[in-house]
Amino acid sequence: MTPLEGCLLLSALLFAIGLAGTVTRRNAILVLIGIELMLNAANLNFIALWRYGPHPEALTGIMFTIFSIAVAAAEAAVGLALILAAYRHFRTTNLDRMNRLKG
Amino acid sequence: MIVAAVNAGSVDQVFVLAKHALLARTPDALQPLASAIISIIPLLVVFPSLFAITTVLERKGLGRMQNRLGPNRVGPFGLLQPAADGIKALIKEDVVPAAADQLVHFFAPVIFVAAAFVAYAVLPIGRNMVLVNLNAGVLFFFAVGSVVELSVFMAGWSSRSKYSLLGAMRAIAQMISYEVPLVLASVPAIMQAGSLSTVDIVNAQAGYTGIWPHWYLFTPWGIVGFGLFLIAATAESNRSPFDLPEGESEIIAGYFIEYSGFKFALFFLAEYLGMFATSALGITLFLGGWSAPLGISLFTVVPSYIWFFAKLLGFICFFIWIRGTLPRLRMDQLMGFAWKFILPMALLNIFVTGLWRFLPASPLNSIRWIVCAAVLAAPCVVLSMSLKQKKKLLIRTYHFAE
Amino acid sequence: MTATFLILAAITVAGTAAAMGLRNAVHCVLALTAGFAGLAGLYLYLGAQFVGFTQIMVYVGAVAILAVFAVMMTHNPGEPEEIFSRFWVWGAVIAGAVFLTLARAIRLAFAPADATPATPAPSTTVQQIGDALMHRYVLPLEIIGLLLTAALIGAVIIAMDPKDDPTLEEDAE
Repeated sequence: MTPLEGCLLLSALLFAIGLAGTVTRRNAILVLIGIELMLNAANLNFIALWRYGPHPEALTGIMFTIFSIAVAAAEAAVGLALILAAYRHFRTTNLDRMNRLKG
Repeated sequence: MIVAAVNAGSVDQVFVLAKHALLARTPDALQPLASAIISIIPLLVVFPSLFAITTVLERKGLGRMQNRLGPNRVGPFGLLQPAADGIKALIKEDVVPAAADQLVHFFAPVIFVAAAFVAYAVLPIGRNMVLVNLNAGVLFFFAVGSVVELSVFMAGWSSRSKYSLLGAMRAIAQMISYEVPLVLASVPAIMQAGSLSTVDIVNAQAGYTGIWPHWYLFTPWGIVGFGLFLIAATAESNRSPFDLPEGESEIIAGYFIEYSGFKFALFFLAEYLGMFATSALGITLFLGGWSAPLGISLFTVVPSYIWFFAKLLGFICFFIWIRGTLPRLRMDQLMGFAWKFILPMALLNIFVTGLWRFLPASPLNSIRWIVCAAVLAAPCVVLSMSLKQKKKLLIRTYHFAE
Repeated sequence: MTATFLILAAITVAGTAAAMGLRNAVHCVLALTAGFAGLAGLYLYLGAQFVGFTQIMVYVGAVAILAVFAVMMTHNPGEPEEIFSRFWVWGAVIAGAVFLTLARAIRLAFAPADATPATPAPSTTVQQIGDALMHRYVLPLEIIGLLLTAALIGAVIIAMDPKDDPTLEEDAE
């Protein structure tokens, strides 16, 4: 097993763990964390393919990862703000109980 | 490199040469590991000793400023007080609250101390004396510094006590608010040196025109940047006047209220180590690192590490002085100061650095100085006037001491 | 498959699995931080220094703290907590299926005779990253700046308590 294959398998595993958490956990914040994990798994993919790919001097993998980290941080901030606002209304973060659209 | 080292003065390079001599005696396979260990051990010895000296210096200094003697029982003039403190901390019972989260409670001081020590890896202590010359050294320092906030939260939350949680929230809010100005205040030095490596930044300041050094402190953006860095560093280390998270008269000890004995000593150690590390970064970025203040031979013959520690001692004395002099800031004053004054000034400072770089360097840099100082001073005055409180200050009257 | 890689991978997988599996939300976020640190270690192992330090600074130093604050502010000790949904089996099945599909695709893509010689790590300096950001990727850089500004202002406005609205009253600073 080459190092690249190991990294890709690891990132697939992280993606699956993030997906499992997002789909099954009921706390809204932990769902968001699962999404962050999936983004991180994709970043690992980018860096691994940049390192073992044909043109590492083009820095494409690094650039994409930097932008992906920035976007993920912005998305986490806004997502958590939304959860706080929803908590103020529903008094719970349990997604099963946030099942009415009318206030 | 050995030739260059010998040319730069053997006393200056005595530690580097000693390390090379030791490495020459170790077998080839073990050399990377031996090199790392030989470099790390002095760090682990010197900075905790500096911490011990600082505790006694602080207590005696604060005592004198408050018109009393400091500790004077242990040893001559109380100078062996750290030994007594250390023994006390070690033999005290380690009380962990029953409702506390045991694992997190245990790891909080560990992570704090680990992060504080790791930050020293990129600081150049003398000529050719840096543990690791990372290409992204300053970024590494700030990245490790941001781990400290997590450990503060762990300490506060795991104790399951209202005071500690409140202290932790305040501490994290303060640290996050002042982390952005800290990073932004160091950007001008990075811009001027053209590199994130601390060694490059120091080497860019190590020259002399005549006897005048090339320190970044002696530029308008350097003065302002250094001032902002100093304020942000004081806030990051939770030192007075920004010590609301741990002020004894306010919140008893904030986030490490439920820690006793050795863990408390670890928190104390880690906080002071963090203070030294941030001061050392300030020295690296603005004060020329290990270079001497004037280019005369009387100063340049003194070894580089002596200058570094002299500047570090200056910083420590300054922090102690400020602690004994200024009153504590309130939480809203603290946050308002960070976001409404320090942050805009830091952004303006970055712009002025660019201005400095592109203006022509006339004799004595007079044009650059006047323009940059004007661009910095006017918004500073405007901002501070707009943030002033509406209250008028009256003549102080004493009610009971007539 | 050196020992370093295996240790870092083990830390990452353990951290993330704990992050998605533990009962207490704060423990989940702390385990997640360990996972992020493991990932940063992997980036450093792969030779991407800048990205590794940025990962620590942004994820461990900011996103994890944000999540922890959100957990603490939305903590409702009175309600009974169910941590997994009723249909957790289906979630696990879907995640397992995704992983197996990806793993099979990766395995098939690497034929056994593909043992390419290990390329030396490319030495990227921060200078090159800065050059690329300012020349080739300047448009994404500016857009990210706008995005972060919008996210900052939006998050503050969304999370602001209606009774703290400064447009309604002006108190002394």
